[in-house]
Amino acid sequence: MTATIIRRLLQTGLVVLVMSALVFAGLYVIGDPVLMMASPEATDLEREAIRRNLGLDKPLWEQYFIFLSKAVQLDFGNSFLTGESAMHLILERMPATLELATLAMFISMVVGIPLGIYAGLHPERLLSRSIMSGSVLGFSLPNFWVGLMLIMLFAVMLGWMPAGGRGPVEDFGPIQLSIFNWEGLRSLILPALTIATAKCALIIRVTRAATRECLPQDYIKFARAKGLHERRVLGVHLLKNIMIPIVTIGGLEYGQVFAFAVVTETVFSWPGMGKLLIDSIVNLDRPVVVAYLMLTVVFLAMLNLIVDIGYTVLDPRVRLGATAS
Amino acid sequence: MTPIQEHRKGNELLLDVQGLQTWFYTRDGVVKAVDGVSLHLRPGEILGLVGESGSGKSVTGFSIMGLVGERGKVRAERMMFDGYDLTKVSPEQMRNLRGNRLAMIFQDPMMTLNPTLRIDTQMIETVRAHEKVSRQAARARALEVLRMVGIPAPEARLMVYPHHLSGGMRQRIAIAIALLNGPKLIIADEPTTALDVTIQGQILYEVQKLCREMGTALIWITHDLALVSGLADRMAVMYAGRIVESTSTQALIDQPMHPYTHGLMASIPSLGTRGEPLFQIPGSTPSLLNLPTGCAFRSRCYRADAQCEHTPETRALAPGHEVRCWHSGERI
Amino acid sequence: MSRVVEPMQLDTAVEAGTGRVATTRWRRFVAQFASSKTAVIALVVLLLSIAAAVFAPWLAPQNPFDLASLDILDAKMPPGSTNFDGSLTYWLGTDGQARDVLSAILYGMRISLFVGFVSVTAAFVIGAAVGLVAAYFGGRIDAFLMRVVDMQLSFPSILVALVLLAALGKGVDKVIIALIVVQWAYFARAARAAAIVERNREYVEAARCMALSWHRILWRHVFPNCIPPLMVIATIDLAHAIALEATLSFLGVGVPVTEPSLGMLISNGFEFLLSGTYWICFFPGIALAIVVVAINLVGDHLRDILNPRNEV
Repeated sequence: MTATIIRRLLQTGLVVLVMSALVFAGLYVIGDPVLMMASPEATDLEREAIRRNLGLDKPLWEQYFIFLSKAVQLDFGNSFLTGESAMHLILERMPATLELATLAMFISMVVGIPLGIYAGLHPERLLSRSIMSGSVLGFSLPNFWVGLMLIMLFAVMLGWMPAGGRGPVEDFGPIQLSIFNWEGLRSLILPALTIATAKCALIIRVTRAATRECLPQDYIKFARAKGLHERRVLGVHLLKNIMIPIVTIGGLEYGQVFAFAVVTETVFSWPGMGKLLIDSIVNLDRPVVVAYLMLTVVFLAMLNLIVDIGYTVLDPRVRLGATAS
Repeated sequence: MTPIQEHRKGNELLLDVQGLQTWFYTRDGVVKAVDGVSLHLRPGEILGLVGESGSGKSVTGFSIMGLVGERGKVRAERMMFDGYDLTKVSPEQMRNLRGNRLAMIFQDPMMTLNPTLRIDTQMIETVRAHEKVSRQAARARALEVLRMVGIPAPEARLMVYPHHLSGGMRQRIAIAIALLNGPKLIIADEPTTALDVTIQGQILYEVQKLCREMGTALIWITHDLALVSGLADRMAVMYAGRIVESTSTQALIDQPMHPYTHGLMASIPSLGTRGEPLFQIPGSTPSLLNLPTGCAFRSRCYRADAQCEHTPETRALAPGHEVRCWHSGERI
Repeated sequence: MSRVVEPMQLDTAVEAGTGRVATTRWRRFVAQFASSKTAVIALVVLLLSIAAAVFAPWLAPQNPFDLASLDILDAKMPPGSTNFDGSLTYWLGTDGQARDVLSAILYGMRISLFVGFVSVTAAFVIGAAVGLVAAYFGGRIDAFLMRVVDMQLSFPSILVALVLLAALGKGVDKVIIALIVVQWAYFARAARAAAIVERNREYVEAARCMALSWHRILWRHVFPNCIPPLMVIATIDLAHAIALEATLSFLGVGVPVTEPSLGMLISNGFEFLLSGTYWICFFPGIALAIVVVAINLVGDHLRDILNPRNEV
């Protein structure tokens, strides 16, 4: 088992390395950030000076090497725009995205799993079919549209929640969170719901499919033949088996939400990493974009690994690298 | 629980089923999986229910257990078990009987046990579903039963997951689970079909021993007539949802009356038939969606004539020997 | 009672051209599709939307790009109001530049649908080609191509599109290119999966034995059997493409202001939302939602009836 984990870590490292090269090369193509930073009246000499200053005059491969060596120390340079450390900028905004992603996935699971199980148990009923149609709606509606509609309804018309921005924050050690106070929660709820709409639809579909697949299995029939209460048959025998795909997909989706909540954060002016990312892309603030992408690649790769390991914990039949008996 | 006990005193039968019909309503039509089955069982008796795939033998077992899916409708003139009227009991009462007085063993031990739960969990829950005992007491009973079934090192077995065990071991555990609450009747649906031949013999022997010791009645459902004849007191042969012949094992072997039974017996290869072409019943089983009118075996029967267009009724040709054929009683 | 669609049947239908086999299959497909009322309604809605978009210049009460026809005094008028001399009813109101929202929606839908269809078609062709080649040749070609596909798919579409558009700049053609890059990988993966199943079937071996060239085998034999899952993906992808374009335009990196798609209209209307002038943003949003949901419903139902697991 340990050998496999080490092997996976090395594979992950290789993927991260390749990605870093791609990201670096890709952004090199994007455009000349110097043009953005220098004022229009700057002379060529001045532009050259800026270029040299930022090390942009060196050949590509050298830039890449410098980049790699610094990256390992988590130093991605300073933002072209604000001059702050790129890493610092990102970490500053991370808690906001963290609480948004966590609340969104939490809502998705809590709502999605029961609905999915019901739809799987009684697929012919009207409620089940409505749930499934609703789920199509959930993931077909564009993210930003859902956000806009929520704003229109709850912020403009009803005035229950603010239309954007983050609420007051409290300190929790090194990070600040707004989720644990009422005002903060009010601001967090609409963006979380926006994300949750699509993810909940996905969870419903996955849960329903898993339920439909597990229900006709022999062990369910055998559990009933043993005379177990139906609630135990469903709540233990069924649930333990459907949790495997749900947790797998849920985990990966969490990673996606966390890393790329760009649209929602824009609609709600949420000061998270996503908003930072899109601003940086549009402004060609390369260090920030590169730092962000690298961090994301590492994060997602690690998440993949964790989900795989978690999978083996959930499903006793699967052992990482073990052979079948 | 209020069982309907009025028949109990005079009647020795543990299981009395008359006219069982289990029909499945599908988009393509009505599948008459079980169409008028009657069987009975005395306490401690072993009945072998024999038939090909699609004959409805498994569905018969499920119908008695109340495990037929939503698409199926179970009807019976009479279905009495241990004094309970199974056609009238509530779902909760039925649940109470299952795993308790009435147990079932399935065919494929691979998927019978839940792969994500430990063996001890699956055994303890069976005990605690029917009796308010502590986990330790339930565990002790599980160990006891495992020993009884002849499983070595039962404590270790309890702590593993199903996929750690071989097929034969898993089936033994399934049998142990069936025995946990001391049932009066076990329905075994092809329990050895998926196992190696060597294990088959072992399990057969052990099951027979246990049933005799504990006085448990057993319905052994199989397609293997030869196998079950070594075990059963009585046999019933099923074809296309109906029982075509039922009698004691000895009488069936000595004097089979129904043409289908003849065919089955003749198809069994033995030393005597060595070197000769194997006998085959011509034709194939009809689809249960469109059974021919009258006797379902008509199209493959060497005795069939115009009379067979009417469904034959079950007639008792000798005490305890019932046959469903217009031409039974005529020797080959 | 099996309803397995045997590849041989399909092939005979293609080769024979006409004949009752093909007709019955098509009729059966139509019957299966019609079994879901929701999907049929969605299809009708979709066709109406496409028609409305195509015939926009004739249907729209006003040409919102003709600056001369705009009267600035009519800006931000609520739905249902009329213009100065009553000749024109602004059914859905007007926006900040006095453009009739209904007309803007019709024209905007044109662009949204155009971008969607073109990019999906191109992605389909490219992706299917890559997938088929990968499946047919197998080995290292397959491994390499699929690595590329996997790497592309591990990044969310929005991000890839953002980065590309930042590099390419604004414009309808650039948006289409970005969408193609984002989508081709889905088609490639699905085409490869379907083709691998087909590759192992006997008729491919038979064709190989007859020494047919590989592209003929791929095109005439393997490809037709891969069409059903690819069609499902195409439909659902169309919805994604339209939604993605709308998102990009909303974020300001998509189509230019001169050719506003529905997403751009929504973006323009966003600033007015908070002050109560909701219609500038709301109605284009509804139009977008209707189109996208309709496509998804159709695609979902297609997936249900074309799913091989349902066939047996």
